[in-house]
Amino acid sequence: MYAFDIERPASVADAVAALGTEDAQALGGGQTLIPTLKQRLAAPSRLVSLSGVTEMQGVASEAGNIRIGGATTHATVASQVGGTYPALADLAANIGDPAVRNRGTIGGSLANNDPAACYPAAALGSGATIITNKRQIAADDYFQGMFTTALEEGEIITAVSFPVPEKANYQKFVQPASRFALVGVFVAKYSDGVRVAVTGASNEGVHRWSAAEEALSGNFSADAIADLSVSADDLINDLHGSAEYRAHLVKVMTGRAVAAAM
Amino acid sequence: MTKVTMTVNGKSVSGDVEGRTLLSSFLREDLRLTGTHIGCDTSQCGACVVHVNGEAVKSCAMFALEADGADVTTIEGQANADGSLNTIQQAFQDHHGLQCGFCTPGMVMSAAALLKDNPKPSEAEIREYLEGNICRCTGYHNIVKAIMAASGQDVSAIAAE
Repeated sequence: MYAFDIERPASVADAVAALGTEDAQALGGGQTLIPTLKQRLAAPSRLVSLSGVTEMQGVASEAGNIRIGGATTHATVASQVGGTYPALADLAANIGDPAVRNRGTIGGSLANNDPAACYPAAALGSGATIITNKRQIAADDYFQGMFTTALEEGEIITAVSFPVPEKANYQKFVQPASRFALVGVFVAKYSDGVRVAVTGASNEGVHRWSAAEEALSGNFSADAIADLSVSADDLINDLHGSAEYRAHLVKVMTGRAVAAAM
Repeated sequence: MTKVTMTVNGKSVSGDVEGRTLLSSFLREDLRLTGTHIGCDTSQCGACVVHVNGEAVKSCAMFALEADGADVTTIEGQANADGSLNTIQQAFQDHHGLQCGFCTPGMVMSAAALLKDNPKPSEAEIREYLEGNICRCTGYHNIVKAIMAASGQDVSAIAAE
């Protein structure tokens, strides 16, 4: 690997200061960034590791919401959130593999916004709030296309707050080589309506399926989406699956998520 | 260069590392603990799995600097104090849970992490837990059998020889 410096600040304030230097890049769990650096697809001269920022770790329940620190690992979410928000714990428990889940973090996943990652579907499907060192960003405003977010230079996700739904479920059709979602659908039912977020499928990254939301808000059953169809326009078309195949999977996975929601 | 200090297999060690030094490189090249293997170097294969503060991690996807102050255990720390194989290692030998042996350190370390959290895993749970450990000889059946045996369970029902 090429040479770079690493800093390990112990507080958000110190991390923000360190990220203020030229060409600095935040390092979460590194499960995407480190392989990316090895391939030189990114080449920052300074990494600011967030793994030592204890105030960004852990899970807390507060008035109908669950707040997860940005540096909290997938393994911690899987083991600690199940009682409050089982669909979110299940999603975390099926990211990557056990060793990856012990390092990868929710903040890292959301900051990267891989178009096939799982957490963006949970955040958008739950209408979560992304909390940074500067502000609070609604999930609907946060995701801005493949690998693109509302985060500004040097801005850190310190926590994510999820409103706990009445029922929810995430269904992932796994791309077997990468273990990312070929298509993943997160469905969450709240008292004021249903949200459906799709990952893995679109060239625009994670997005909501509004026709399904409307149908499911009136009738929360897999039958409610039977007459809907998904357009293959602008869906990802690659060696793992055609755009038409992904369009089909979006509907199938949505139906399965509704049937499995609890 | 930055000085790092960590506990590796119960001993305090320190060394000067660059920012880019991976934990796997520090273990192999500085400490000469070459039992931790580097297979793919892309965090897919799991040959480099070690425990950091008791949790399985891929040491090729973590910087040595990030392990400063941590308690690290590698395959070299698995044998019993008298040098004999521990239960998991012995089960791998008894059930021929290795062919070329390249993936074995990572398999044993993942198995140890699994059995710590789940002392009596089902066959399906073992196979799922090993998702991030690839055996290029495809010798999975006997690996699963060895882990079942190490957990004190009957292995006669495991699929093929």
